[in-house]
Amino acid sequence: MLLVYCPYCGVSRPETEFSCRGEAHIARPADPAQTSDEDWVNFLYMRSNTKGVYVERWRHIHGCGRFFNAVRNTVSDDFLKFYKAGEPMPDLEELAKEAGK
Amino acid sequence: MSQPFRTEKGGRIDRSEQFTFTFDGEEMQGHKGDTLASALLANGIHLVGRSFKYHRPRGIVTAGSEEPNALVGIYRNGDQTPNLRATQVELYQGLEAISQNRFPSLGFDVGAVNDRLSMFFPAGFYYKTFMWPKSFWDKVYEPVIRAAAGLGKPPKNPDHDSYGNLYAHCDVLVAGSGPAGLSAALAAAESGAKVILCDEQSEFGGSLLTEANASIDGMAPSDWVAETIARLGAMDNVTLLPRTTAFGYFAHNYIALAERVTEHLASPDPKLPRERLWQVRAKEVVIASGAIERPMVFPENDRPGILLAEAGRTYLNRYGVKVGHKVVVATACDTAWQAAFDLDDHGVEIAAIIEMREVPPESLVAIAKARGIRVEAGCVITGTLGRKRIKSALLGRLMTSGQVASGGQVECDALLMSGGWTPTVSLYSQSRGKVVWDADSGAYVPGKSVQKERSVGGAKGLYGLQATLEDGYAAGEEAAKAAIGTSKKVTYAAASGGEAGEGGTLGALPHDRNASKVKAFVDYQNDVTAKDVKLAVREGMQSIEHIKRYTTTGMATDQGRLSNMNALQIASGALERPVTDVGLTTFRLPYTPTTFGLFAGVARGDFFDPVRKTPSHDWVVDNGGVFEDVGQWKRTWYFPKSGEDMHAAVARECKTVRESVGLFDASTLGKIEVVGPDAAEFLERMYTNPWKKLAPGRCRYGLLLNDAGFITDDGVIGRLADDRFHVTTTTGGAPSVFATMEDYLQTEWPDLDVWITSTTEQYAVAAVQGPKAREVIAPFIEGIDLSNEAFPHMSVKEATFCGVPCRLFRISFTGELGFEINVPRRHGKMMWETLAKEIEKHDGTSYGTETMHVLRAEKGYIIVGQDTDGTVTPQDAGMTWAIGKKKHDFVGKRGLERPDLVSENRKQFVGLLTKDPKVKLEEGAQITTAENPATGTPAEGHVTSSYFSPALDRTIALAVVKNGHALDGKTLYVPMPDRSISVEVTGPVFYDKEGARINV
Ligand SMILES: [Zn+2]
Repeated sequence: MLLVYCPYCGVSRPETEFSCRGEAHIARPADPAQTSDEDWVNFLYMRSNTKGVYVERWRHIHGCGRFFNAVRNTVSDDFLKFYKAGEPMPDLEELAKEAGK
Repeated sequence: MSQPFRTEKGGRIDRSEQFTFTFDGEEMQGHKGDTLASALLANGIHLVGRSFKYHRPRGIVTAGSEEPNALVGIYRNGDQTPNLRATQVELYQGLEAISQNRFPSLGFDVGAVNDRLSMFFPAGFYYKTFMWPKSFWDKVYEPVIRAAAGLGKPPKNPDHDSYGNLYAHCDVLVAGSGPAGLSAALAAAESGAKVILCDEQSEFGGSLLTEANASIDGMAPSDWVAETIARLGAMDNVTLLPRTTAFGYFAHNYIALAERVTEHLASPDPKLPRERLWQVRAKEVVIASGAIERPMVFPENDRPGILLAEAGRTYLNRYGVKVGHKVVVATACDTAWQAAFDLDDHGVEIAAIIEMREVPPESLVAIAKARGIRVEAGCVITGTLGRKRIKSALLGRLMTSGQVASGGQVECDALLMSGGWTPTVSLYSQSRGKVVWDADSGAYVPGKSVQKERSVGGAKGLYGLQATLEDGYAAGEEAAKAAIGTSKKVTYAAASGGEAGEGGTLGALPHDRNASKVKAFVDYQNDVTAKDVKLAVREGMQSIEHIKRYTTTGMATDQGRLSNMNALQIASGALERPVTDVGLTTFRLPYTPTTFGLFAGVARGDFFDPVRKTPSHDWVVDNGGVFEDVGQWKRTWYFPKSGEDMHAAVARECKTVRESVGLFDASTLGKIEVVGPDAAEFLERMYTNPWKKLAPGRCRYGLLLNDAGFITDDGVIGRLADDRFHVTTTTGGAPSVFATMEDYLQTEWPDLDVWITSTTEQYAVAAVQGPKAREVIAPFIEGIDLSNEAFPHMSVKEATFCGVPCRLFRISFTGELGFEINVPRRHGKMMWETLAKEIEKHDGTSYGTETMHVLRAEKGYIIVGQDTDGTVTPQDAGMTWAIGKKKHDFVGKRGLERPDLVSENRKQFVGLLTKDPKVKLEEGAQITTAENPATGTPAEGHVTSSYFSPALDRTIALAVVKNGHALDGKTLYVPMPDRSISVEVTGPVFYDKEGARINV
């Protein structure tokens, strides 16, 4: 069971308190009407599904209820960073390099 | 004579306390401190089971949890637990054990004919046999294989034991309490770390309890263990868990331990659980799981009386049991020589030491010589004789040519073997570490740590008492330092004796026997021979993972801890590839077999899943209502009057609602309070419908899509004030709708000033439906003019019900005049009882979900999740009226414009009427254009809802059919196994098509 840190509550808690909501930083297009079919389908369905460092949305569903983001290595399951929704995506290469040290 | 194989003295058993136990009904004696295995051996019993495939007689091989043969059933409290390892079952007064996999008895087993027919059971026989011919499957294979398969018999009754579960956090978890584990625990604990030390055995000490010829700090190893455990036990920061197996190593240093709490006791406290699951989050882990000895793969190496050398030593030194009176020791490594010497010390005749190595260490040979023990170096065992117990061993001399020359027979009643040692890397492997090949020791050892763990001692291929102790201390200090930032250098104990020794062999041994006739077992429990592994390679298996599955080697309960390395070597030879190129199979959890009870814990019976009840529950029980489960909810299905079956009850309920009035509990519907200055804007974006112009006091049906454009939920939404909406959802959709709203609100539109709150549990809801609904509620409602003009269909208002604040909706899911009254949940019972009494005055009825379904189907109202399946759009459902045409955006709007969603040939929601009004279609049945379509013809759609309609006095159905909206009046077919049913396509509204009945 993973240990997940909620950046809003400031605590680490077992995975069962949270729900994972898939890849992060996939914004709903600002003007759907002006979005092409292809772009809309990419928004709906296409995910990078990375083997390695991956950015995910998590929700502290049985805690504060907030959504936040986490960088996880999908091979080792190690979390490299947790940050609040709305904060920019960190430099993944940099994070991976740090974690590799 | 009782216990003829018990030593005169020594061992850790309590000779003053004698227990009587039975094995297959035969009464025997043992002592406190015995395992079932040691007690059986003390009584001279080696034959304890029959093998899985060939039903060969099998004896105890090991003294630990890796035991492949000695699987027994234990009777307790009137039921039997199968497949327990006799080597782990602690003896108690009155223990009842039975052998397994034999019929009619262990001594005479008819299944043993399989051994003679073994040419029909080659590697991969499961795959080969079942290929041909098809009819053989039900008639021959299945009954025969089912009867023969498996080892023990499953218990017959529900598990009467209870199981505990607890979470624990620690700085350092030490798994295993041999020399390395104990010293690691001591060093970590002295450093101030919070330590959990667990060991699968009943006593701490591991190999130290077997070590008779060494000393630590001048003490006997077992005394040092006692002193160390006393020291650890006196520390507040240490938790000691004997009989506790670390069986699973998960991500983020999360380790699962299985503690056996009561099974070793004759009459345990009934309040205690049988087992306890410890879910431990450890900052650092020390894996001190040790190493286990490898069997030697020679012909007939499975005869009862053949054990691992270290097991023989353990039975002697720890349990005071001699494995035989005349013992052959066959080995390729130094450590087994000590077994011979220890047995010799207890007066056991050592028939010979058969040493595979041409030149064993001189020092050992000298000791053997001094003791007068015959030593045959450069020799192997090439076979054994004896029916149910070894009688003699065949000797083979290894020639320089690579051939084996017969070296005669050696009589014996037991044989101890050692092919060397294999580090137990299971936990490391479970932690996702990759093992690496260590050519020096000829073993796979832990590689780089992936998690916060380190392996110590035998678990990493490090042997020798002093070295192991030091390794443990260092690891304990290191783990403490990593976990709590400090460590204390403890005084290392000084050991003498317990040398590491050298040597070892892998794979099948050479012999001079007819290779096609003899069986040399690699995996005892699954009956896999060296020949099977070679055959698998000949038949094209290249990867060890394929060989494993084809032969089932390593797939037994020890997960190949005994067999893997030998199988690997044999495969490597057959493939003519180095062993490192063949690969190693993965060790998976659980480390040893683990009960389902442990995983289930208290989550069984009433605690399996929460039950959600509405405030009418007790009244429904008292009045004979029948419940159905809807998710976790108990909902009333129907209310039968005496003598009524379901059909009759539902027909009466439907008729009564349409003619007078019905009362329905709608409390389970999801409710969400949406509040804030941007509440209308938020709903405008979430739902297809327009909300901004909805006046306070009015309701609207809301349709919710996902961004792909498919219907996901629906419900009536009432506007109570400019900034306050009462949203209802389907019963099942409540949590997901709430989560979806939170998602959009938090992550896509954080600019909106809106609060949403789940209020499902806050309200009890009574639906009063039917022409007399107004008369029924009028006496109790204050603050609202209920007339059709003042409070028309789709109105909502706050009022009081019997003086209790309520939200009154005028809405209908039946097509009749209807109201839904929401009161605070604590008043729900009062409301229900009040209304139930009142409807009687109007010849009304309570009704359940089945009637609700029929009434709504007569009106063509969809049920999301029944009439829709996640691929239905509002257009498909004929609900374009619910879409706000002028809206620039809402969730799903863009999705709806996708080419596939506006193309031809989509399945559309329609009604179906069978030509024969009595025939009721089956929900889920497929619909075709041909009356008797050829096999493989794709269906045009399927039936989603089907009922008998009392109002129409005939059956009705709802369906999704390709281009259904254009097929009105056309005939289609629903082919069933016995006939094809013809149906006419209609609109989905069957009753009161104008909707006049709602507006009265
Ligand atoms: Zn939180």
